[in-house]
Amino acid sequence: MSRKQQLHRPGAPEGPPGDDTGCPILHVDMDAFFVSVELLDRPELRGKPVIVGHPGARGVVAAASYEVRAFGVYSAMPISRARRLCPRAVIIPPAHEKYARVSAAVMEIFRSVTPLVEPLAMDEAFLDVSGAIRRLGRPAEIARQIREQVAGQQGITCSVGVASTKFIAKLASTRSKPDGLLVVPADGVAAFLRPLPMAALWGVGERTEQHLARLGLRTVGDLADTPLPALQRELGNAAGAHLYELSWGRDPRPVVASTPDKSVGAEETFPYDISDPEVIRRELLRLAEKVGARLRAGGNSGRTISVKLRMADFKTFTRARTLPEPTDLARVIYATACELYEGSGLERVQLRLVGVRVENLAPVGQTSRQLALDEQESGWHEAERAMDQVVRRFGRGAVRPAALVGESAPREHDEREDRQEGGERR
Amino acid sequence: MKLQVERDPLAEAVAWTARALPARPTAPVLAGMRLQAGSELTLSTFDYEVSAQSTIPVQADEPGTVLVSGRLLAEIVRSLPARPVDLTTDGTRTTVKCGSATFTLMLLPTEEYPTLPGMPETTGTIGADTFASAISQVAIAAGRDDTLPALTGIRMEINEDTLTLVATDRYRLAVRELRWTPVAPGLNTAVLVPARVLSDTARALTSGAEVAVALATGEGGMGEGIIGFEGSGRRTTTRLLSGEYPRYQTLLPSEFSSVAELPAAPFADAVKRVALVAERNTPVRLTFASSEVLLEAGAGDEAQASEAIQASYDGDEMQIAFNPQYLLDGIGAVDSDTVRISFTTPTRPAVITGKGEAHPDYRYVIMPIRSAG
Repeated sequence: MSRKQQLHRPGAPEGPPGDDTGCPILHVDMDAFFVSVELLDRPELRGKPVIVGHPGARGVVAAASYEVRAFGVYSAMPISRARRLCPRAVIIPPAHEKYARVSAAVMEIFRSVTPLVEPLAMDEAFLDVSGAIRRLGRPAEIARQIREQVAGQQGITCSVGVASTKFIAKLASTRSKPDGLLVVPADGVAAFLRPLPMAALWGVGERTEQHLARLGLRTVGDLADTPLPALQRELGNAAGAHLYELSWGRDPRPVVASTPDKSVGAEETFPYDISDPEVIRRELLRLAEKVGARLRAGGNSGRTISVKLRMADFKTFTRARTLPEPTDLARVIYATACELYEGSGLERVQLRLVGVRVENLAPVGQTSRQLALDEQESGWHEAERAMDQVVRRFGRGAVRPAALVGESAPREHDEREDRQEGGERR
Repeated sequence: MKLQVERDPLAEAVAWTARALPARPTAPVLAGMRLQAGSELTLSTFDYEVSAQSTIPVQADEPGTVLVSGRLLAEIVRSLPARPVDLTTDGTRTTVKCGSATFTLMLLPTEEYPTLPGMPETTGTIGADTFASAISQVAIAAGRDDTLPALTGIRMEINEDTLTLVATDRYRLAVRELRWTPVAPGLNTAVLVPARVLSDTARALTSGAEVAVALATGEGGMGEGIIGFEGSGRRTTTRLLSGEYPRYQTLLPSEFSSVAELPAAPFADAVKRVALVAERNTPVRLTFASSEVLLEAGAGDEAQASEAIQASYDGDEMQIAFNPQYLLDGIGAVDSDTVRISFTTPTRPAVITGKGEAHPDYRYVIMPIRSAG
């Protein structure tokens, strides 16, 4: 993200939006999403440097206000470094449930425009508005309405890129940030792309950028003017062709309405390395509870369970097992995770991070389930669903497995939850 | 060693003994078959789990013991013409001569060959064919997942003259009761025998009339438990499995609200046909009504199939879904022209038995699949 951050040019081009004919793709991106949501509760911080992230030793920046970005602070940077760069920044611990609520409401606004909404993350999505033009107006007009509704209903701002392809729409939203709207006309794609730095292209990382720079290629225009065979010779057939196509603004990928989750996982970086198998197991239990609850909330179950173990030296092991039948039960996930941990040979090794993930997902309603002779008809499924209900009503931590009761309030410390969705992600 | 033996008994004995050769021997000598010639010829293989030994009544001209590649010997003997076979050892090799064909096999070091476990004392006897068919009836339900080792075994419960064989993989459970003849009265015990070995062994011992079962449970510090089977000059031993076996009696349903009887062969054929469209892990659905059973598979925008067969049914109309293979295993195993399916609800176990027996000696319990939606 850091390098990409440099692409942000605050101060969107003003004036009438360009010709949006043949530009049905919108990329909508919330501006400094977590920070914006926090500012709703703390308006006195508006215009001040604000960071959302866990203030602990190993916390990272989850979001940074535009004021603090001016100091060189960006997402995923260690909090300690951000503090040095901007000592007067206000650090707010993240409240993911709050963001999830706002995110869901925003996605609802998108879906009222078109069913073709492809969320990329909590705070950004692609929309294909081809089918809404007759009802709501031209794409640029729809983009304006969306911005108005998001601001009106949720009190936060977003930036919208309008273009003929996903790739250009995403670049356009980035260029219009914050609180902007940019149309890249279908016949103006080349002109828009050519002056951009190489890093603007999807798939160009630091390595490729340096490689191309050695060849004297610095802008997208340089790349577009290079014969394809030469590029393929340098970068390989697939990568060469891919970047060449992008450099001319060609991106055939359609907007795919939210693809179902492919996997659900949670992981925890410890404040200090831990080798005690008891503590590790307890952590696995906590993560399994979390993953189970999220599977059930999404109506999913999965067959493959994996654990991720990162040692103090960052060496990372992943072990997976596929079960005979899919599960959404924390109890099963935990038991399998423990077996994988015990079989990893890393018991008593100092661990920095542990993670639990369930893959091979399928919606519960659509999978028929082979029942086992020794399972109780009224048992853990009901127990865990009951826990879900208690948590919904009384909040996280209201009910937990006994092994976790001794803990203080559920830790949020630098913990990552993620769902990997189908389809391509940046 | 020097002897002459007829090709057919040799070929059979070698082939039978070669079954216990390990596919991937942990030591080179374990790939060998040991030939001991004296007043009879004894062939042995052993991989530390399973041992096999067969004897041919043939007088050796010169006694001796050799170890040769078992796989190779089996292949050679199998393809020999039907003539007497001459086996002679000379220094470091053994020559196999039959008609105009001659083979020379290198010897493996006999002194490195492990001692085969001794056959425990005979515990009882049972008809060879009865035993083989009973084992095959339960072996289908044994687990194949090595993460639950106990379930890969067949439990043999001995209670005086009643032998109960049990296997389950948690999704189905097969129980067979049969009579046998214990040597001494008062025997009550239970052991767990690897299912794969046991079904191989039972099938391989059908050439004789009776099988002798020899059990050393290993209880009371007598070393590891082994079980041996012997019949018509062949014997095999295998290590017993350890581990907790599920309390299967509690899993056997005892009361039913619905009972259907169907002709076995047409039922099995219909299940096979309908299952053609069932994707992996998807069920065939059986709808029971007063005079017929409707079989269906596939749903939504997938391929679908249905077929109705005549049946007698006593119960409320009900749909219950099963893994087609599990169902076929059960229908095939009851060994009856008519199969009876008894159940209560679509999420409780169903039991497949032969026709109308009050106390069936074979029960196949099958858990349904809870259907989508």
